[in-house]
Amino acid sequence: MKNQSEVSNPVQIPEFTTVSGRPVNQVYLHSDVLDDGSKTTQDLPGEYPFTRGIHPTMYRGKLWTMRQFAGMGTAEQTNERFRFLLDRGQTGLSTAFDNPTLYGWDSDHPHSEGEVGKTGVAVDSLADMERLFDSIPLDQVSTSMTINAPAAWIFTMFLANAEKQGVPFSKLRGTLQNDILKEYIAQKEWIFPPTPHLRIITDLFAFCAEHVPQWNTISISGYHIREAGATAAQELAFTLMDGFTYVDHAIAAGMAVDEFAPRLSFFFNSHLDFFEEIAKLRAARRIWARHMRERYGAKNPKSWLCRFHVQTAGCSLTAQQPEVNIVRTALEALAGVLGGCQSLHTNSMDEALALPSDKAVEIALRTQQVIAFESGAANVADPLGGSYFVEKLTRDIEAEAEAYFVQIVAMGGMVTAIERGFPQQEITRSAYEYQRAISENRRIAIGVNAFVNRDEELVIPILEIDDSVECNQISQVRSVREGRDNLAVRERLLALEAAARTKSNLIPYLLECSRAYATEGEITLALIRVFGEFREQSIF
Amino acid sequence: MNVHPIKVVIGKPGLDGHDRGAKIVARSLVEAGMEVVYLGLRQTPESIVSAALEEDADVIGLSVLSGAHMTHFKRVRALMVDKGIGDRLLTGGGIIPTKDQETLDSLGVGRLFGPGDDPQEIVDYIREWVSNHPSEELD
Repeated sequence: MKNQSEVSNPVQIPEFTTVSGRPVNQVYLHSDVLDDGSKTTQDLPGEYPFTRGIHPTMYRGKLWTMRQFAGMGTAEQTNERFRFLLDRGQTGLSTAFDNPTLYGWDSDHPHSEGEVGKTGVAVDSLADMERLFDSIPLDQVSTSMTINAPAAWIFTMFLANAEKQGVPFSKLRGTLQNDILKEYIAQKEWIFPPTPHLRIITDLFAFCAEHVPQWNTISISGYHIREAGATAAQELAFTLMDGFTYVDHAIAAGMAVDEFAPRLSFFFNSHLDFFEEIAKLRAARRIWARHMRERYGAKNPKSWLCRFHVQTAGCSLTAQQPEVNIVRTALEALAGVLGGCQSLHTNSMDEALALPSDKAVEIALRTQQVIAFESGAANVADPLGGSYFVEKLTRDIEAEAEAYFVQIVAMGGMVTAIERGFPQQEITRSAYEYQRAISENRRIAIGVNAFVNRDEELVIPILEIDDSVECNQISQVRSVREGRDNLAVRERLLALEAAARTKSNLIPYLLECSRAYATEGEITLALIRVFGEFREQSIF
Repeated sequence: MNVHPIKVVIGKPGLDGHDRGAKIVARSLVEAGMEVVYLGLRQTPESIVSAALEEDADVIGLSVLSGAHMTHFKRVRALMVDKGIGDRLLTGGGIIPTKDQETLDSLGVGRLFGPGDDPQEIVDYIREWVSNHPSEELD
């Protein structure tokens, strides 16, 4: 917090700009959207280019899936949180893994020390997957897993567990985040260099097209890009450009666009600027549909759809007066709904302080239920369609994203741009500018640089992860290694390594390793021997 | 008076990839005239302390948003004392509950910052700490 002298309680908005720094007019007129070639205000939801939504009936037909990202401590603890949320009316599951799991390491790896179960659940092998989804019918509830670099072998553990539950792969519904490009750009959880990661992702597209047809094979994510500091247009541009890159790679690997494109999904942030976020989400659908149909020649209308999950902006939450975050999250969630999301996570008020408590996560879920059932916002598809302001913003953000596409293509594509650090530097610059705007009081953050409550005392509960979690998890993984058929594990890991040196699809090999209770870290090491590790330059 | 610029080594120990704050702080310290060695991601307490030794840094800044702050701050602090640079400042930030900040404070860790804190406050804190703790190598 600032010194007393710097804090003022403003009576006027200092600058008329969006959260992304975009200046906005005092009023928008019909003339602002007159020359709109796409005639969006006359477009219908459920029709190309889907600016107004992917379904004709939108939320009358099916409400968005209320899916709270959850995971902490042991598999049992997370299983308990899953059931708590389902019991309170959540309609889908979303799994948060701990850092060692996200990096492909076992809980007893030296780099895992202090991190086990802290910001998600620890999963080392099929044994943890069994406990994580114990008594949760995987053919009835859709499951999202937020994991990227080792996504394929966590997914094969999930598949092996479904087999044990007796659920056929064809009945599984859910989403694997599996988006490595945004890891290099923003979230920084990679293992190998981009090329082998892209190969495994393409392998997964092909495997799921044949065996797990209802699964969303990737969730191409702008969320982390935005959290790292990007503007709305940068989030949109880099995410969709990542999407095009996955399409290019799958086509280059010999797949037809309509074989895999219907299972691509997206994940966007919903930040504080209400109209800008709605416009961004509308623009996302329009751009994706146009490129998929016009540029890639997709014939299946499902290939044109930009279906997405939305999460409210963690970076907008304040540690100061955390209860106020309930209001921020409600506004952001409403923007996600008016933007036409297919599923939604609402952040809990305490997330600038710790992982959410039961109380906080329940309020966050109730926020979605209030929007769905009390506010009336779900009655009408794209209720802001035709608003001069929203239509103009939609077009402006679309144009800004298209300009980035041209720039990135000129660099030789997204992988080259990432290797050169282009999106990373653009984001770092935007993050710094945003911080400057706050520091200079050009942007107001309630409780931070204005309306500060100096007598504040924290009165909300804070969730703590017990240090015993790490010890327990380490004994778990060690007892798994002792109790399994180690000869079989060794053979399957060697087979995987050999396959990685060829062009074979790796997913069946990963599934064999997972079935035999090979640990995540063992699989990671086998693949590192073939693919090597990635290191980034540290620039700021 | 300290005639050399204040030297700060900033690193992210462990597996946490949230580097938005660390980069903003690094840039803010540079703009305030300090010399910053930004080690980046996936550092170990050992790599951070050895960089601080090599650079003869006045300050070590750790950024931890992964919940592993107790492990990393304690280890870095112990290593600093071990390697004879226990007289330098160990500060940092992240998602660190007040209770943990108090424990770390009692172990000789300096002030820790969190979401919403202004980078200028970190600049001021470091300047003040260094001017109150003149070291023999500097000056």
